[in-house]
Amino acid sequence: MESSEKLTSDSEGSNGLNLKATELRLGLPGSESPERIDSVGGLDKNGYPLGVLKNLVSGAKRGFSDAIDGGSGKWVFSGSGGSETDLAKGGGLFSPRGGNGGGKHLGGSESNNQHSSLGTPAKNDVVPQSPKPMHEKKPQISAPAAKAQVVGWPPIRSFRKNSMASNLPKNDEDAEGKLGSGCLYVKVSMDGAPYLRKVDLKLYCTYLELSSALEKMFSCFTIGQCGSNGVPIRDGLSESRLMDLLHGSEYVLTYEDKDGDWMLVGDVPWEMFTDSCKRMRIMKSSEAIGLAPRAMEKCKSRN
Amino acid sequence: MAYSFPEEVLEHVFSFIHTDKDRNAISVVCKSWYEVERWSRRRIFIGNCYAVSPGIVIRRFPELRSVALKGKPHFADFNLVPEGWGGNVYPWIAAMAMAYPMLEELRLKRMVVTDESLELISRSFKNFKVLVLSSCEGFSTDGLAAIAANCRNLRELDLRESEVDDFSGHWLTHFPDSCTSLVSLNISCLASEVSFSALERLVGRCPSLRTLRLNRAVPLDRLPNLLRRAPQLVELGTGAYSAEHRPEVFSSLAGAFANCKELKSLSGFWDVVPDYLPAVYPACSGITSLNLSYATIQSPDLIKLVTQCQNLQRLWVLDYIEDGGLDALAASCKDLQELRVFPSEPYDMEGNVALTEQGLVSVSEGCPKLHSVLYFCRQMTNAALVSIAKNRPNMTRFRLCIIEPRTRDYQTLEPLDVGFGAIVEHCKELQRLSLSGLLTDRVFEYIGTHAKKLEMLSVAFAGDGDLGLHHVLSGCESLRKLEIRDCPFGDKALLANAAKLETMRSLWMSSCSVSFGACKLLGQKMPRLNVEVMDEGGRPDSRPESCSVEKLYIYRSVAGPRSDMPRFVWTMKTLS
Repeated sequence: MESSEKLTSDSEGSNGLNLKATELRLGLPGSESPERIDSVGGLDKNGYPLGVLKNLVSGAKRGFSDAIDGGSGKWVFSGSGGSETDLAKGGGLFSPRGGNGGGKHLGGSESNNQHSSLGTPAKNDVVPQSPKPMHEKKPQISAPAAKAQVVGWPPIRSFRKNSMASNLPKNDEDAEGKLGSGCLYVKVSMDGAPYLRKVDLKLYCTYLELSSALEKMFSCFTIGQCGSNGVPIRDGLSESRLMDLLHGSEYVLTYEDKDGDWMLVGDVPWEMFTDSCKRMRIMKSSEAIGLAPRAMEKCKSRN
Repeated sequence: MAYSFPEEVLEHVFSFIHTDKDRNAISVVCKSWYEVERWSRRRIFIGNCYAVSPGIVIRRFPELRSVALKGKPHFADFNLVPEGWGGNVYPWIAAMAMAYPMLEELRLKRMVVTDESLELISRSFKNFKVLVLSSCEGFSTDGLAAIAANCRNLRELDLRESEVDDFSGHWLTHFPDSCTSLVSLNISCLASEVSFSALERLVGRCPSLRTLRLNRAVPLDRLPNLLRRAPQLVELGTGAYSAEHRPEVFSSLAGAFANCKELKSLSGFWDVVPDYLPAVYPACSGITSLNLSYATIQSPDLIKLVTQCQNLQRLWVLDYIEDGGLDALAASCKDLQELRVFPSEPYDMEGNVALTEQGLVSVSEGCPKLHSVLYFCRQMTNAALVSIAKNRPNMTRFRLCIIEPRTRDYQTLEPLDVGFGAIVEHCKELQRLSLSGLLTDRVFEYIGTHAKKLEMLSVAFAGDGDLGLHHVLSGCESLRKLEIRDCPFGDKALLANAAKLETMRSLWMSSCSVSFGACKLLGQKMPRLNVEVMDEGGRPDSRPESCSVEKLYIYRSVAGPRSDMPRFVWTMKTLS
């Protein structure tokens, strides 16, 4: 109910758009060459009409959902009810090694049995995506599933983990991989949400996994507004509502990279993303100005 | 009976009584002692900020000068507590700004501290001296600038392991030239480069500076200048300890260290290059505390350094030290009291270093004063634990983390119940214990039977059922903090021992088998407990009552349920 109201108001805003301005090209409408937008908040408040921006975003197929699957628009969700392994809740997958009793049921909150999109696709996705298959360095790590970690275990403080994470690799063979650390926490904020979350990027191997986790994490915000009507929060519709919102490009997922630029998530190979992502923001599409062309350009210049 | 002493005399006597325990004891002797004590108390420690409210504290203790507060549960250190949970210090600061204009010291741990709070502190307390923010978050270097600029008599600024939004190192320049009172400065958690010239000037004009912990961004070639300005330093944390090998840098550094004749504690050593380590050798004989836990150097270099420190009492190190290094440590450092060995590659399936249970056994044999241990390793045996227990009956803190959950004794393939049982049986003064490895309910029976002085217990992936929890709750008389994750403990033990929970500071249980119904019952029956259920998946009452809750945090409180809970925390209300 409320989300459809939102969509309506946004589409009303787009009625006054300037057709010429929606022409897709590198750089912002009205400029000859691509401009860099300062990264503070990632927003350029130079007064570009909202309608332009919205169409720029959707016209460029930069909605998060589209970016995820290489633009095919496919969206596989793990959020279809049940008490499954829920990365967003901070419940990581159990390392399915022997002696661990993989699949052991723990208090009902986590279960190894329902991998859904988290298990198999991950294995398929990592190898082609990763330009530097670090897993091949160490013979005992044969599959990404072995990299799955339990949240908060071993019990090491974030400060220590992050310090070790930025240690320079000692050996040549590790020079291309990430040495030692198994953890990379970045903050994720969402426009309109009262507080932010942290995710461990190393828990995921693909954008798909990340997006599922974020959906779960933030669904309680978007449906929080519906909850006050007495609609039960936990129902199949609610989680898919966020999916719809993202799918319909109400929100886009962006990240701040090492250079301080705000980019759209999904443009670069996963490894490159985790290497450079400092923090993420789920922002309203209407505010994601000019990120598309800049991201494409940056990607080109990197490669 | 007439009172024997006028109040002034009582007050004078009480001024010699400092510990919280003693102060609390004298306050319950009689009403007049209570009154004198409360007016004369200057220092307070609040282990759980939600156990009491600012108003209650202020009403009882009108003249505090030093306040220590702890916020989030310990497992927040390991990301088990979601963002937004709480622990915001602002309400405390706001209340204290009105009530304690003469407040001098604030020590906060695991609290959310905003820039607003820091600014308020800097403006409200004219004689503010000590700010310690341990594992805090929520503030930026802007807030630090306010502290630097406005706290004229600042003695200590210690940001240990806090998470700071680091915009730039410029904040340090906000210390006015007139600031000469610094005794302790710890900025090791900051990422940005601070202005070196400002830092040098600051260090140079504070003759009482005894603790200086730099951040990683301070390059090694800047260190000699800093040290020369502060030869009186007692505790030093270096920045990155690496540089190209240049003899003049080395000799400058060695000379500077030799000049610091009071040095007792060294830390930092990020990115350490072994070639430069000998520069600290002149200082080693005086060193009692050495934190090499960020130093990624190998065992031979570690041994060379550590064996120079004959007076070492505390060593924090990575597992690169290996069993061989620990043997050397045991042979050289007979005064060793505390050992912490951290994992260099905690997420690797198999270890890459030759550190086993043997290293710990060696140290327990060779170091008679060893009483505090934190040890990450990949294998263990009951026999080793029994040896350690028998060698060191003086053990007070024993935290063992076998990296893979539910690991058996690798020799006998048995659970490690007997080993930990020996620890609690022999180490009668044990105050803190963390378990790991494969453990059945038996270990909890041992703990309940023997661990009578145990105050804090951490349990993960252990036990068979409710009986385990019951043993602990019914047997451990001194228990204050219990934190449990991923154990099959359920309702029965919890409900049967509900009264015990009021004698403890807090209980944390996550990924266990406690049902929502039991939580509700507990909340209803125990008015002086706050029973908080955390569930990011949605309202727990939208599921059957028999469903397990994700996370449970129970703590005693005289302040009633808190009012700042985020959406994913529900408090189980008391029925009136």
